[in-house]
Amino acid sequence: MSEIAPRTRSALAPPVLVTTTLAVTGLVLLVFGATTSVLIAPAKAGIALLGIGLFLSGASRVGKALAGPGFDIVFWASAVWLVLLALAIAFVGWLPLGEDRDVAATVTEPVFATPTFTGPHPLGTNGSGLDLLARSLYGARSSLLISLTAVVVGTVVGGLVGIVAGYFQKAVDRMVGIATNALLAVPPLILLIALATVLEPRLRNVALSLSLLTVPGMVRLSRATTVAYANREFVTAARAMGAKRSRIMARELLPNVLLPITSLAVVMISVLIVAEASLSFLGLGIQPPEPTWGNMIAEGEGDVFEAHPHIVLVPGAFLFLTVFAFNIVGEKARQRWDSRSVKL
Amino acid sequence: MSAAALRRLALRVLELAGVLCIVSVGVFSLVVLLPGDPAVDILGPGRPPSEYAELRHELGLDQPLHTRYFDWLGGVLTGDLGRSVVPPQSEVSDRVVSALPVSAEIAVLGLLIALLIAVPLAMWSAYREGGIADRIIGAGTFAVLSVPSFLAGLLLVMVMVNSLGWFPRSEWVRIGDGDLLGNLHHAFLPALTVALVELAMFARVLRGDLIVTLREDFILAARAKGMSPLRILFTDALRPSSFSLVTLLGLSLGRLIGSTVIVEYLFSLPGMGSLVVNAANQGDYPMVQGAVLTIAVIYVVINAGIDFSYGHLDPRTRRVHV
Repeated sequence: MSEIAPRTRSALAPPVLVTTTLAVTGLVLLVFGATTSVLIAPAKAGIALLGIGLFLSGASRVGKALAGPGFDIVFWASAVWLVLLALAIAFVGWLPLGEDRDVAATVTEPVFATPTFTGPHPLGTNGSGLDLLARSLYGARSSLLISLTAVVVGTVVGGLVGIVAGYFQKAVDRMVGIATNALLAVPPLILLIALATVLEPRLRNVALSLSLLTVPGMVRLSRATTVAYANREFVTAARAMGAKRSRIMARELLPNVLLPITSLAVVMISVLIVAEASLSFLGLGIQPPEPTWGNMIAEGEGDVFEAHPHIVLVPGAFLFLTVFAFNIVGEKARQRWDSRSVKL
Repeated sequence: MSAAALRRLALRVLELAGVLCIVSVGVFSLVVLLPGDPAVDILGPGRPPSEYAELRHELGLDQPLHTRYFDWLGGVLTGDLGRSVVPPQSEVSDRVVSALPVSAEIAVLGLLIALLIAVPLAMWSAYREGGIADRIIGAGTFAVLSVPSFLAGLLLVMVMVNSLGWFPRSEWVRIGDGDLLGNLHHAFLPALTVALVELAMFARVLRGDLIVTLREDFILAARAKGMSPLRILFTDALRPSSFSLVTLLGLSLGRLIGSTVIVEYLFSLPGMGSLVVNAANQGDYPMVQGAVLTIAVIYVVINAGIDFSYGHLDPRTRRVHV
């Protein structure tokens, strides 16, 4: 701490023109770094990273100048990415993309084509000539479908069980507590692997096993929130007016539990996306030829990605950006809605 | 130990036993969920029915479920986890015993690397709060949190093995072979992969606590006495700021085990991860049961130990909350 007073930023915001130039320079560097064939890979990655940094810092200043100091460029970039991805998934059947899973249809296509960002295979092809952009988008569809289903199922089940345990307490609470502890007694990925041994790797089964991961956390949060509210005046008042227990739980407690568990649900989405990808990477999730990000990355295993790094980097970038975006959005939701007064 | 403390310990042990009991039932019931007939899976289709019946009898599959459970549990308690159903049909306990040290080494090494990197990063970040280093470290650790460990491992291999050639990729040297340096050389990259996510989490949590501590009066007093920044950070600020970090160490155990499993598979190390993943891929259910049960028991016992030690570290947590 070199000075006691907090650092203050200069009151004069830099002119929009300068910061826009900064942002554009960043973009140009990013495109150059991604497409140039002159430099070695680490140098290209360095240039691209520098470009992203410059772009974000420039765009953030432009945004702050235009929309006020509360503007958060990373949050908006994440939101834009998620919306774009959702749109692409919704319309993936109508997009002019290459073949994504039928190897017989790609006999004439180039194999291991590198990403050019233009032409028929913007993100390149894999060892069977399948289009990586199409595969990444279909992979995004199954990945998001699985994670969202799992989160919804886990949140509904966990939330309800938590409210019941928190409201009735005593024996019910103790039973629920032991069941939750038993679910938490197996590390998450190990639980998934054990279930994958016996369940067929179909979308529904994977989603259901993933939802088991969200249940304990949801139960604990919703139970703790319920306990914190169960003795408040409005609940006592409702009881004094003769409300039934089911009504108290549904009309008085549920609305208060809803916000914290929703913000936990947003955070859990990214955890589940990673879990699903890990499972497919281990060969225990959705099976090829159906593409998922995890099994696409697994294609690069062994020595393939030494010669063709884009096999790993393309699905890896999709996975990273999506998880990152959900983390940012989840963090925002948590700051906004999570009541810190409730102890887990 | 007072009577209350003893009672607390007894309750803890009882609860632990209850949880382990449920876990053992859960692990055992994997067999019930198993599609198809294990005897057909082992012998292959198209044999005379008497052979299947004989194998079923040999495996105890013709017994009622509760008998099988208690037989299995009895075996487990005496250290016999059964036999693999996939050739060479080795003893599950032998495989587990030979795989455990590898996993333990990777996990412990990963944790050490994570702490060694995270503590200085957090200190630098907190000491220059809001500065450019702080912002870069903050963005970097947040980004690292979004990289799944298998992706991180592949990227590390891409840079450190393929581009720079600093590390070998997949052969494993056992510690017991006397070549400690060779062993560490092989274990470093997997351990670093495991460490990455943890260190990002540790650095963020420790930074937050350090910032609060650095505003305290005793830090100001130490500065006024003219103590050097490094000395203040290490001797005065680190200890009062580390309680959340210790809590996090316990919480991160599950994630640590998960990433160890993936990293072992990725680097083909002969640990518990490769064991359980390969067994799962082959439908080798006794192996999966044995490995999962072992991991769960270790996990539960360590967690209970951490939980119990809090009571000794911080008296405030002894009371049961809410």
